[in-house]
Amino acid sequence: MSADQLLAYNGLTVRFGGLVALNALSLEVSRGEILGLIGPNGSGKTTFFNVITGIYRAGEGRAELDGRNLTAMSAQEIYRAGVTRTFQRSRLCLPLSIFDNIMIGNHRRLNHGLAFNLFRREAFRREFERNYEVARDLVKVFSARLAQRLFEPVATFSIIDRRRIEICRALVSEPTLLLLDEPSAGMTHEETRELMDDLLVVRGHMPGLTLVIIEHEMNVIERITERCAVLNYGQKIAEGAYAEVAADRQVQEAYLGTA
Amino acid sequence: MSAIRDLFRPDSRFPGLASVAAVTLFCILFLHAESQGAVMGLVVGALAGLPLLARFDWTQHVSASFAHHPRLLHGAMLAGVIIVLAAFHDQHFPLLMLATVLLYIVVCLGLNVQFGYAGVLNFAGAAFFGVGAYTSAVLATKTALPHLLVVATGGVLAALIGSLLILPLLRTRGHYAALVTIAFSLLFKTLIEVNDALGGPQGLKVPGLNLFGWNLNEALGIGGVELSFYANYVVLALVLAAAAFVLTRRLERSWIGLNLDAVSLDETASATFGIDVARWKITAFTIGNFFAGVAGAVYGMMTGFAHPNNYTFGDSLILVSIILLGGIGNPWGLAVAAAIVLVLPEKLQFIQEYRILLFSVLVILILLFRPLGLLPRQVRVYVPGWRPR
Repeated sequence: MSADQLLAYNGLTVRFGGLVALNALSLEVSRGEILGLIGPNGSGKTTFFNVITGIYRAGEGRAELDGRNLTAMSAQEIYRAGVTRTFQRSRLCLPLSIFDNIMIGNHRRLNHGLAFNLFRREAFRREFERNYEVARDLVKVFSARLAQRLFEPVATFSIIDRRRIEICRALVSEPTLLLLDEPSAGMTHEETRELMDDLLVVRGHMPGLTLVIIEHEMNVIERITERCAVLNYGQKIAEGAYAEVAADRQVQEAYLGTA
Repeated sequence: MSAIRDLFRPDSRFPGLASVAAVTLFCILFLHAESQGAVMGLVVGALAGLPLLARFDWTQHVSASFAHHPRLLHGAMLAGVIIVLAAFHDQHFPLLMLATVLLYIVVCLGLNVQFGYAGVLNFAGAAFFGVGAYTSAVLATKTALPHLLVVATGGVLAALIGSLLILPLLRTRGHYAALVTIAFSLLFKTLIEVNDALGGPQGLKVPGLNLFGWNLNEALGIGGVELSFYANYVVLALVLAAAAFVLTRRLERSWIGLNLDAVSLDETASATFGIDVARWKITAFTIGNFFAGVAGAVYGMMTGFAHPNNYTFGDSLILVSIILLGGIGNPWGLAVAAAIVLVLPEKLQFIQEYRILLFSVLVILILLFRPLGLLPRQVRVYVPGWRPR
């Protein structure tokens, strides 16, 4: 594994009973790149994310993150190593405020000691204020209006706002690898464009942030990714720049069927 | 006109002070009422008043006023309890009720940490309360341990038993932990009944609490006025309730409170962001059972008796109904609900026989029409009175 490789998968296989969700998948992600992960529904993209983040365990295969053996790490350890994600269907805590939700994403940088939280309230107040400013500045990049309303429950906001909040939750701890699972779902082209622009602005402030993005919206993929991998039935069928994979016959068959 | 408007400015002390005064007055009238007619009248009056208060967003005004004048209003509440105490200084029964409500508030605050925050349903609240009572019964008669330590041991034992029960279940999802607590709740009574060392079905006598040579079962006299010895326990229970209240509040207003909420709302998302689901569930369960054990130890010493029939599954259900009624996750709500659920059947005798039925109906009505409880929980405020600059 070379020094600029962040993530390397080799022969990754995941089975759910008789169904093979990922079949001997090998994939490498370089530090700092934006990789698009595309493929028809059920091709194993989200399963791949679930394996990276430790929600599922791979039956076979090796995975390394920054030279560490990923398959032996729990979801908590993987997060602490700097991997965060958004979910296909937003998984925010709806009754909690925007600030609360973003702080869930900031878990690894907060003090969770019982004595600190219960008895050193003055120190806690300072930590809280510091983190309030971090959250406000981050949200401001996406929407100044949301930054004004950090202490309102997430349930009162629209789908687009919730997606912004979810991305902020994934970004606040300054991860090394961010996994975005269909950020455009349920949004108009214009809204998606805006969201992606904002995301690129944040990325400008976080040098070294690596992005893997699952997306069905091909113009998003074309515009922001440097490289794509195409999955079908749990296997990688093509890899390369968007123009290349879009011209690939196997890819066209996977999406459109054979003539 | 503007004078009236001033009373309702967000930083006004008036809504808070008026509420404390009204509640104090209502408590005195209610505990004092002898005839069933008078009690009914007070209940109906209170019920009629509630929609009126809701119309004026009274709870908003009150919480704003508490946020701006915490010292003054907490002082006012203390004064309120002292006034109630003075009004019934030589009567055993009302003071026993008052101390019981305060101790139940401690237990319910514990259940609230478990269920309201971490989402762990505990159907054995009364059993953990009983663990405390039996601890004080055994330790205070058979050992010379100072009573303060006996009470603490009651809490620690309840917490320990609870942790052992829930530990094997932490890898499972859903409400398996609730099933185990039901089993423990049913077992507890049976285990005590067949255990002769713990008094069996006859129960055990518990000596009165003695704090550093101060025997709480001896009535104090102030300036020639004889006080009921229960006044001592009211003071102690008030201290415990206030301490439990402050701890619960601080817990909620911290990163730990946030972790507990996250764990109860979405385990998968929590794990993805590094939150150790099992650790926080067990933390909440342990803290909650500690509260129950401590309150139980004091309750046993106050009533002088630990009996298996006082800590049944039915009693645990009543505790859960207090949480549902008051507002899941809202300490103020459960304090109000505890008072209603405990005092009402004592004052309205015809309720006694039907009290389980009545509370079941009440809980169903609440869940149908006001699922967040009488006083719904508000969004977390980490630092009271804090405003973004």
